[in-house]
Amino acid sequence: MTTQTTDIPPTPTDERRSWLREHSELGVCVLLLALGALVLTDALTMDVDITQRGPVGPKTVPVVVGIGLLVIAALLAVDVLRGGHGQAETGEDIDLSEPADWRTVLLLTGVFLGAAVLIEPLGFPIAGALLFWGAAFALGSRRVDRDPLIAGVLSLATYALFNNLLGVPLPGGPLMGVM
Amino acid sequence: MDALNSLMDGFGTALTPINLLWAAIGVLLGTAIGVLPGIGPAMAVALLLPVTYGLNPIGAFIMFAGIYYGAMFGGSTTSILLNTPGESAAVVAAMEGNPMAKSGRGAQALAAAAIGHFAGGLIGTILLVALAPTVAELAVDIGAPDYFAIMVLAFIAVTSVLGSSRIRGLASLLIGLTLGLVGLDQMTGQQRLTFGSLQLADGIDVVIVAVGLFAIGEALWVAAHLRRRPPEPIPVGRPWLDRGDVKRTWKSWARGPFIGFPFGAIPAGGAEIPTFLSYVTEKRLSKHKDEWGKGAIEGVAGPESAASASAAGTLVSMLTLGLPTTAVAAVMLAAFQQYGIQPGPLLFEREPDLVWGLIASLFVGMVLLLALNLPLAPVWAKLLRIPRPYLYAGIMFFAAVGAYAVGGEVIDLVILLIIGLIGFGMRRYGLPILPAVIGVILGPNAEQQLRRALQISDGSVTGLVNTPFAVTVYAVTAVLLAWPLLKRLVVRDRVSA
Repeated sequence: MTTQTTDIPPTPTDERRSWLREHSELGVCVLLLALGALVLTDALTMDVDITQRGPVGPKTVPVVVGIGLLVIAALLAVDVLRGGHGQAETGEDIDLSEPADWRTVLLLTGVFLGAAVLIEPLGFPIAGALLFWGAAFALGSRRVDRDPLIAGVLSLATYALFNNLLGVPLPGGPLMGVM
Repeated sequence: MDALNSLMDGFGTALTPINLLWAAIGVLLGTAIGVLPGIGPAMAVALLLPVTYGLNPIGAFIMFAGIYYGAMFGGSTTSILLNTPGESAAVVAAMEGNPMAKSGRGAQALAAAAIGHFAGGLIGTILLVALAPTVAELAVDIGAPDYFAIMVLAFIAVTSVLGSSRIRGLASLLIGLTLGLVGLDQMTGQQRLTFGSLQLADGIDVVIVAVGLFAIGEALWVAAHLRRRPPEPIPVGRPWLDRGDVKRTWKSWARGPFIGFPFGAIPAGGAEIPTFLSYVTEKRLSKHKDEWGKGAIEGVAGPESAASASAAGTLVSMLTLGLPTTAVAAVMLAAFQQYGIQPGPLLFEREPDLVWGLIASLFVGMVLLLALNLPLAPVWAKLLRIPRPYLYAGIMFFAAVGAYAVGGEVIDLVILLIIGLIGFGMRRYGLPILPAVIGVILGPNAEQQLRRALQISDGSVTGLVNTPFAVTVYAVTAVLLAWPLLKRLVVRDRVSA
């Protein structure tokens, strides 16, 4: 991200907002800090009543990891404030020149959660097909004739492969009950 | 020759019809996955971890090895025809391969890459056969302190050698170690980070972490930045080489493995560095210097051969020491854990059928790859046209299948999504994924070895450094840690001299 230049003199709130946007990586530090605090609290409130051999009990490693998280959160904050930036990952289908498309990410997350809720009442074949179709829709595919067909075939084939061939049970749901 | 006899037995295992089938499925799947943009071999093996619930270990590992080699093979096709390499190891293939394809020599570029992979894989695997039993024998007496030292080395190596920022690498490692802590303590049964939840008491399954970070995280990240119009692949015919090409490239094929193999065996980032070194070497030795940058065939042949050999080198460290040096090796290590097998020097004694069957299947896989991929190249190129919504919807779908298959619990899907979102954030802010995965996989194991070592020594810290092996490993670790400092000194010396 580069510094923004505007012709209009920025108001203090604008300035603060753009500063925050540029330093959004500080959010990672906050998360690491919170995680470190969580791990430490959990470790220190652990009541170890078993007599242990050696200096390293079940608490030791969590305490070390927790302290490590706190230290790294601080170091990362210093790095970010000094102008350091994590390099966003690139790839074949990734175009970093455009701003992030949060709608698609939220839609995908919603579709995934929906499928998770539906897998037990509706069974894997239906919930899986809905997951595929929904995800393809979220990613911009609008072929109403082709998308559900591919989703259904993929889901049924996967169900058969895992449930019948590999012996990994998946819930069949009402659809398999009928068949 | 003990190793040769064992290898012959291995061929007996690998050449049974069912294992041949797994090898064929592995290389076909691996090539397809390598060609497909957006899916790397680590994600592929992670997505396929659930098959370990239904398959015997020998079949599963033969298939995984096929995927590893196949994906390397397929990755170069994408680089040559599309010029947007997704994996760092394939970057070099695009540098000369893509100009070749643009000037109508795509078929030759693909052939040079394919034969390069065959040669590199072959020489690399022969080196594996020759070296692995020796390494295993040298390391056969290693105990808890040594294992702990190796794991510390793995932690330090993945955080300080890879990626551009050590702080971000360490942050990633600590996230992984935290995820690994969740559940009952292995030695005392104490609940850690479970918050009273019964589901969390079993810990977070490695499959869910690997699939979440590699597959869901990647799919969400790509979704946020999906290219509106995917790049168009360059059409290509059947790969072939004429006599002049072969004359130019055979030395490059032969040199590549000796650069790739050692780099694969040490934790230095897999194929990335050796492919680049091979490129530079070939450029220096080339008689056609004017062609470089415009499509010099040696620049495809050498690096691709080095890439394949580095995969073989990776297997040496993974099988003999249990030290994963790449993301794929880390996920394969997770698969070993699923079967309750501990890779390490004893693996060659305890599971000879598995190890030698796996090694023999590498030779089988390479022959299959060469035989299938030369004629199938135009078909593979068609895969590059797959509509992206289907590709990433499919990744989400199979990730869900994998996580649900772990225990048939809906809560696992929710955990998968949360870990996927963590993976998304890590990609956004440049935290490398590999340290987190290594942390989850090796963390609990490292803690156990540490505590075992300290119990043996009755709490004395000297119990961690009382073997020459451990001391050596710690010395290597110290050099890695001090490397940025050392490098500065070396550079300063050179400048002042």
